[in-house]
Parts: sequence; structure tokens; C-alpha cells
Amino acid sequence: MEKKWFTISVYSENNVGLLNRISGIFLKRHINIEGLNVSKSEIEHVSKFTIVVFTTEDWTRKIVAQIEKQIEVIKAFYHTDEEIIYQESALFKIASHLLFDERQIQNIIKESNSQIVTVSREFFVLAKTGRRHEIDEMHDQLEPYGILQFVRSGRIAVTKASMPITAMLNAYENQE
Amino acid sequence: METITSKKTAKNNPEKLRISGAEAIIHCLLAEGVDLIYGYPGGAIMPVYDELYKFQDRLTHILTRHEQGATHAAQGYARVSGRVGVAIATSGPGATNLVTGLADAQIDSTPIVCITGQVPRHLLGSDAFQETDIIGISTPVTKWNYQVTKAEEIPDIIAKAFYIARSGRPGPVLIDITKNAQFDELDFHYEACKGVRSYQPVAKVSEEDLDAAAALINQAKKPYIVYGQGVILGKAEEELKQLVEKAGIPAAWTILGLSAMNTDHPLNVGMVGMHGNYGPNVLTNECDVLIAIGMRFDDRVTGSLDTYAKQAKIIHMEIDPAEVNKNVKADIALLGDAKETLSRLLPRIKKNSHEAWRNEFKLKYEEEFREVIEKDLHPTKEGLTMGEVVEEINLATKNKAVIVTDVGQHQMVACRYAKFDQTKSNITSGGLGTMGFALPAAIGAKMGAMEREVVAIIGDGGYQMTIQELATIYQNKLAIKIVVLNNDHLGMVRQWQELFFESRYASTVMTNPDFVKIAEGYHLRANRVSERKDLKKAVREMIASKEPYFLEVKVEKEDNVFPMIPSGASVSDIRLK
Ligand SMILES: Cc1ncc(C[n+]2csc(CCOP(=O)(O)OP(=O)(O)O)c2C)c(N)n1
Repeated sequence: MEKKWFTISVYSENNVGLLNRISGIFLKRHINIEGLNVSKSEIEHVSKFTIVVFTTEDWTRKIVAQIEKQIEVIKAFYHTDEEIIYQESALFKIASHLLFDERQIQNIIKESNSQIVTVSREFFVLAKTGRRHEIDEMHDQLEPYGILQFVRSGRIAVTKASMPITAMLNAYENQE
Repeated sequence: METITSKKTAKNNPEKLRISGAEAIIHCLLAEGVDLIYGYPGGAIMPVYDELYKFQDRLTHILTRHEQGATHAAQGYARVSGRVGVAIATSGPGATNLVTGLADAQIDSTPIVCITGQVPRHLLGSDAFQETDIIGISTPVTKWNYQVTKAEEIPDIIAKAFYIARSGRPGPVLIDITKNAQFDELDFHYEACKGVRSYQPVAKVSEEDLDAAAALINQAKKPYIVYGQGVILGKAEEELKQLVEKAGIPAAWTILGLSAMNTDHPLNVGMVGMHGNYGPNVLTNECDVLIAIGMRFDDRVTGSLDTYAKQAKIIHMEIDPAEVNKNVKADIALLGDAKETLSRLLPRIKKNSHEAWRNEFKLKYEEEFREVIEKDLHPTKEGLTMGEVVEEINLATKNKAVIVTDVGQHQMVACRYAKFDQTKSNITSGGLGTMGFALPAAIGAKMGAMEREVVAIIGDGGYQMTIQELATIYQNKLAIKIVVLNNDHLGMVRQWQELFFESRYASTVMTNPDFVKIAEGYHLRANRVSERKDLKKAVREMIASKEPYFLEVKVEKEDNVFPMIPSGASVSDIRLK
């Protein structure tokens, strides 16, 4: 089966041990987590994990079933890139003198739609939000001039289709 | 936080009680109906032991001789009684000694709750004396685990632990409780847990899926049932029998399904899997509809998946959604509790008898009988076979015993030949294959069904992994019958070496101690048999004993278990020799 990028979204209760439980499922199957982001979700007290993997759909489906089986997981989904709106962000730290010495850098900043977050005597910081390949492109363009530090976040994503989590939780509360 | 996520019902105990966390733990256990626990004391759990001393008239604590033994005893108890088994241990090494039992209970879906002591909250993470991250260590081998650091958390968390352990697909839960939480006081109030909002233990099968499954079964020419432990855990034995009889469908057991149906039932055709019966394996690849009930298509059952039941439509009845389409793709998945699914399915099923198809199982059985079974059960060679010992036990116990087995050749032989006329009677480590399981599991099995005969059948290798539990058996006067089938080898590994590694017996030959003397050293009655003429009498004497009894049977040293599906081969390629 063909390998693809899949974005796994996990809605869960807040729990210290859960990340360990979830990552263990990938570990057991030797699947690398390409991106991981944990944040609050649209629902109070409910966290959202966004996990990116590059593997087959069959494995993704099995992993998602095993994630969903964990007690504190409310619901887990997986989606292909076409089914979601997604972004990553990156920070580039660059020596300040380059901003004046290398005119090309100003063009890169403009064309990449990135922002200057801060400027000091020694360095300035660029923030870029976008698709992985856009960030990679920008990285490649800046690299020849010297990047002091680089960091990229995990993917964050929302789905085009609706997520019925609130309805699920309401159904539970009204069960009695 | 727990109040947000767990539903509660008020129990008849509204008045508040100001007690220590340790005492609260005891009250929680009593409220859950627990009257028996297994464990081993140590520093971080001492407050709980002090309370156990005070409550000993209501809560029996059995001191095993190793924490692993406590977990297996809790498992044996749970498997025989259908209740949740409980084991407790101290922090550090006490906790890590639970890991094998947790892993075993996880893979074999056994409801147990383990409680461990932990260093005080202020020392967590400091590498304090006997601190170990048992939450981290036990995460992959527990259905759920949680560290309690405040006394107030105890009632809700223990309620949740029992609920999670026994609901849905059962499994082990570990609760780690810091010492300060045991000492500190709380206003005690217990409410049994009725639900956890992020956890749906049982799904509901739709009418349409039941209709579709019934249609498939009704038009099948060669339907075939393979049933697993889900039938026992779901208490669906009667419904399974009704389906089998009404539709005339031959049924085979997985190693953990064994005893869910009377082994003498004419439609109960044998065991599937690596050392299962010939017909049940080969005919898997000839049936037209395969109805899998409460089983998970383990690789020891399926052999090579590429050649497993490809011709058949598959109906998979299963409680755990993660097991559906994991190994074998289901044409119809009936996700839910086996009892409910089967009882709703039954009225839709047409009467049938499938004589010709059943006859195929008979013919295959006759072939297996000539090639294997007759030689195992009625040998003409000099050395004793494991099979004839199991057969003597059947005769002496009239198929009424609980049979507890360890792991290896003796286990496969026992699961092939032991006879059962009652459910929950076959206790063995199926998924993990844990040597050392049987002796402590037999302790729990006996205490879970005191009125029943419990016979542990163990290899000379595995016996020595938990042999110290003989002391537990003696101290508690548990009339367990222990049979060691001694071949002076790690028999199953030796068999593989003989068949697949050109008889290079690397570290599988054992120079054993005098097992009879050892048993006698533990004050047990003991006997040894090495000749056929003495076997029947020795087994009868053992079964007749009102006390624990140890019997060593010297069996043929280099016998092999057949039939056998070589690992990775197809069920069709099962070897009779
Ligand atoms: C704890 C553990 N270690 C190793 C194994 C691998 N193993 C499987 S069967 C077996 C041999 C068992 O020998 P014995 O207990 O004498 O039983 P027999 O096969 O001779 O009946 C071994 C070593 C295991 N299953 N469990």
C-alpha cells in the first residue's frame, strides 16, 4: 500500500500520562511521529493532539483505533492533506548586520510573507507561517547567509468537515 | 477533575467519614465487594498493610512469595470467578515485579486492579529510595493507570479503576499511591463509578448488521465458528451453544475460548492454531462463512495471513473496535458484547444441520486420531506421554476440574486433550505465554472456586520460575493438585531446535533437582511416577487427596507436540508429524 501524509487529530481529557500512552502506540509499530502538537481545543477541558505521520492508510487506521481505545481519548480521527486546512510555523534567528549587508534578505522577507518579530543590535527574528514546503523554501533561501537558530512547530490543522465532539459529549451527559 | 469526567450514583452511605487514605483504600475495596487480595508488603505500602491487619476479618490478604505470583494469583482468581482480582505491592522492586502479570492480563483481557505504594509526593522525581516510575513502566501493559498523590482522590480513582478493569474488554489497571496520600486524612465517601465520558466500553450492534450476518449464515453451505474468550468474558456460553445447535455449525475453540462449550459436544470440533487440531485448521480454508466470536485472530491462530480463510466471508463479533480489521478483514463486523449480539442474532437464524460439512471434520479427526491422538493417549512405546497423563486426569476428575497450565508442550497437550463440562475451567497464559504463570494462577483459581478441583499441569522449566509459591499453597492449606510433567528439557524450545535448528539443543537441557524432596521441603505430600503401570493409581491418589498434593511424572524426554503449523506457514500446511 502507498505511503502518504496523514494528520491524526485526537480529542482527549487533560491527563499527564496520556502523551506517553499515545506515543507508545507509534513506538510499538516503529512509526515515526513527523509532527506533534498538543493544545486546548474548541471545547473546555478537552485537549487536542495533532499528530502527523507518513505511512499507509491501513496502518493509520489501525493506529487511530488503538489510540481511540485509550480510556482518556474521547475521539480520534485521521485525515489526508486534502481534507484539512493546515499550517506550520517557523522562527529564524539571523544576525542583524545581514539585514543591511545583504539586500537579497529583504526581498526574501517580502516575498515569503514572513514577519519580523523582533530586531536587536545582534540579531533579528523572522516568523513564517505556512505549508511545510514554503518554510523549507524559505530556509533554503536564507541558509547561504547564515541562520543562527531555526525551529519549526508541529502541524496544526482543522478539518473541512465538522467534528462532532460536542454532540458526543452532550449525548454522554444526557444518557441517564 | 474526576467529578467532571465520571458519572456517579449515590450509594447508601451518605454520612462522611474522616479517615486516612490507607483506611479509605480498604473501604473502597470492601465497597467493590472485594474480600480477597494478594500481595507483598514493603516500605511505601506499609500504611495499607497496617489497615489490612485491622480489617483482616473482612478482607483476606494472601502473602505470595513474589509479587509476580500475586498478579498471576489475581488473574487466576479473576478468570475462574469472573470477578476483579486484586494485587498490591510496594514501590520500586515490588512494583516492577508486577509487570509480567500486568502484561499477561492486558493481552489476555483479565480484569485485575493492582495497587502500588509510591514514595511521598515531595520526593517524586528525585530518585528517592525505592522510587521507580511505575506509571511510565506500566503504561504499555495496562488498560489504564493513574498516580494518586492526594488522599482525597482515592475513592473516585479506585471506583474508576474497578469500573475500567471489568467493563468493555476487561484488562489490568494499576493505581500508584504516594505514601503521603496513604497517611493523610480525607472525608470518605464512596460512589461506584457508572461511566467515564471519554470511554465507551460496549458499542451497540445495528439491526441491519445483524440481518446481514444472519443472511450470510443462513445461506452458507459450509459455515464454521471459531470462538474465543470473549464468549466467556461476555457470559455468552449458552447463546453460543444455541447458535451452534440451531444452525448445525461446527465450532472450534481458541486456546482461551476452551471450556466455553462442553468439550464432548458433538459440534465442538477441536482447537484452532499452531498446535490445534487437524480438521479445525485445514477446514478454515474450506469453509464459506467464518464466524469469529470473541476472538482476535492472533498470529498463533491464523498462521500466515496471506493464506488464511481467503475463500470465506468473515463475520467478526468483537467487543474491542481496535481488533476488527486488524489482522483479518471482516465482511461484517458486529461490534458489541457477545451475549447481546448472539441473543439478538439467534431468532434470525434458520435451523440447519450441515451433515456433509460436519462429516468432513469427522474424517479429518479420524486421520488425526490414527496419526497423532492414538499414539498420545494410548501409547505403546515405553516412555510416558504427556497426553496419557492428561487423559488420566480427565478420568479421575470426570472432566470437572479447573485445569491450570503453564507454557510449553504440556500446555498445548493439555489444551488439546483436557476435557471440560463447565465454563471458566481452562486457565492458561495464552497471549503472553508466560512461563511461571500456572502455580500462582492455580492459587487464585482455587480461591475463586474453593469447591472445585484445581489441577495445575506444569513443565519442569516453568515450574522453577515461580516454585516458591509452594509456600503460599502450604501456608493457606489450598488443596491444589500440582502435576509436573518432567521431560528434563525446556521441551517446546527443544522441539523447535529439533525441527528447525537441526537438533542443536542450545541451553534446553536441564539437570533438575529432586522435585519430590523439594515439595516435601515445603511440607506437601508428594509422589513420583515414571512407569505406566503406576500412573492411574498415582493420579487417583492425588485427586482423592484433601490436601495439596504434588505429583511428578517422568515423561519421555524428547517427544514432540503434533499437529503443528510451522511459524509463518498456512493453516492448510499443518503437519501431522
Ligand atoms: C518467561 C518465559 N521465558 C521464556 C519463554 C520461552 N519458552 C516457551 S516454551 C519454553 C519451554 C518450556 O519448558 P517447560 O516448562 O519444561 O515445559 P515443556 O515445554 O517441556 O512442557 C520456553 C523456554 C517463555 N514462554 N516464557
